[in-house]
Amino acid sequence: MRRLAWRVAELTAIREETPTARTLVLRVPGWPGHLAGQHVDVRLTAEDGYSTQRSYSLAGPSDGEHVELTVQRVPGGEVSPYLTEVMEVGDQVELRGPVGGWFVWEPAAKTPVLLVAGGAGVVPLMAMIRARRTAGSRAPFRLVYSLRDPGQAYYADELRHPDPGLDVTRVYTRTAPDGFARRPGRLTAADLAGSGRPPEYEPDCYVCGPTGFVEKAAELLVSLGHEPGRIRTERFGPTGG
Amino acid sequence: MAIISRGFRGRAREGGGKLPPGQYLTDDFPVLSAGPTPRVDTDRWEFTVETESGQAHRWSWAELLALPYETPTVDIHCVTKWSKLGTTWRGVSLDVLLEDVESAADYALVHSYGGYTTNLPLEDLLDGKAWIAYRYEGEEITPAHGGPARLLVPHLYFWKSAKWVRGIRLLDEDWPGFWETAGYHDYGDPWREQRYQDD
Amino acid sequence: MTAPAQDGYQDGNALAGPLGELFAVDLTVAECRCAGCGLAGPVASLRLYGPAPGLVARCPGCEEVVLRLVRGPGSAWLDLRGAVTLRIPLGSEDAF
Repeated sequence: MRRLAWRVAELTAIREETPTARTLVLRVPGWPGHLAGQHVDVRLTAEDGYSTQRSYSLAGPSDGEHVELTVQRVPGGEVSPYLTEVMEVGDQVELRGPVGGWFVWEPAAKTPVLLVAGGAGVVPLMAMIRARRTAGSRAPFRLVYSLRDPGQAYYADELRHPDPGLDVTRVYTRTAPDGFARRPGRLTAADLAGSGRPPEYEPDCYVCGPTGFVEKAAELLVSLGHEPGRIRTERFGPTGG
Repeated sequence: MAIISRGFRGRAREGGGKLPPGQYLTDDFPVLSAGPTPRVDTDRWEFTVETESGQAHRWSWAELLALPYETPTVDIHCVTKWSKLGTTWRGVSLDVLLEDVESAADYALVHSYGGYTTNLPLEDLLDGKAWIAYRYEGEEITPAHGGPARLLVPHLYFWKSAKWVRGIRLLDEDWPGFWETAGYHDYGDPWREQRYQDD
Repeated sequence: MTAPAQDGYQDGNALAGPLGELFAVDLTVAECRCAGCGLAGPVASLRLYGPAPGLVARCPGCEEVVLRLVRGPGSAWLDLRGAVTLRIPLGSEDAF
């Protein structure tokens, strides 16, 4: 392993996820590969030399020189409006990574996995789901995805028909689709217990979302009997991008 | 040499002669934190000045509010490059608080509820350059912005304007504070762009 | 004046990039012991404030500062006073 250096990344494709979020497919010559759950730093430089950087989770497993990021536009932000509205195929940014060896899923792992996503926190968890598929893993996976309303769903088509052995539970906090059994509301212990694996199965838990959500979800998991040492968390910071 | 991202401009970086070098203008009031926000009850709040000989002077919240106040309108400059022009505060000048304090010290170490510290030459607290501020734009200062009271030293980068201020130690020698021991400039003059050590 | 998440902090995971610029091993998986209360856990589980003016990682047990990192244009300043030790996993090594 070497110390981190900046690489040039070129945008090769764009997928719209929601009206305010898009997935960017970037080609990064020399990309060393990465594990699901890792993130990258993206640096933007203006013509007058002004420069700023942000951290983003990788949305998919390693695929040669290509990496994918899903970016949510933060109103009043400095970097995310550029990435979601201005940047076009062929444009370049600088990128360094992958970084972070803690919040990762190893494809060789056979342990059951419980993924808990709050809003845009689904991004690194989706990378784990995709890495499981790529690796042909049979580790049982369950995703509990909390989001405001159906319009906020990332990767909607892909999650509509989950892979065998992946169970997806959606929790809508504000507005649920017509005929959805669960009333809109915040994540509860019942959502996490649900049809899912009881704590005795000792799943590895990965929780990602805004700070308040992660706090609450981790608390609920502990109250359900999950071992705190098996709960890994990734909070979004207070800084908007 | 960094590559340029086509069409990226970043934040506006103008503002005429009122902006120190490298700063950009902002209308909002960013909150930067190095730890959890202390919630300090004014019933238990106190402000102390301790001299180099160990003599302590104390003010309760009621005593602070009873002192003559000023309402300075000042520009503030954060080392993270935002500046905010024409902010109005209410507070007690350090000239008033230090008036009866006997000291020959050259330096001050400001300390806060929550453990934060910052240092500056004592003369930078005097002659109408610094206040213990307790109102911002006509309202109580919120905990996120340093309430109930914060130091206001607008001629230096804003990290010197310690939030949740609790007291000042007057010292014969310079004693670097929280950010000053972690790479930031000892003095922090925005017009000379003294951001980091050796700037 | 609107304040975003006042007590907002991230997980120490977010130190991976800034520390990766300095060290050849991933220090976020290292176990560190807090000098304040003795709690030990991965650097990834510290409470991280910042990134500006600098990164401040605090112990989830006692909230004392464990690590500080300031990145200037030509230097980085790293303060580890709040950590008694860092235990860095290196994998097995035949030499031992």
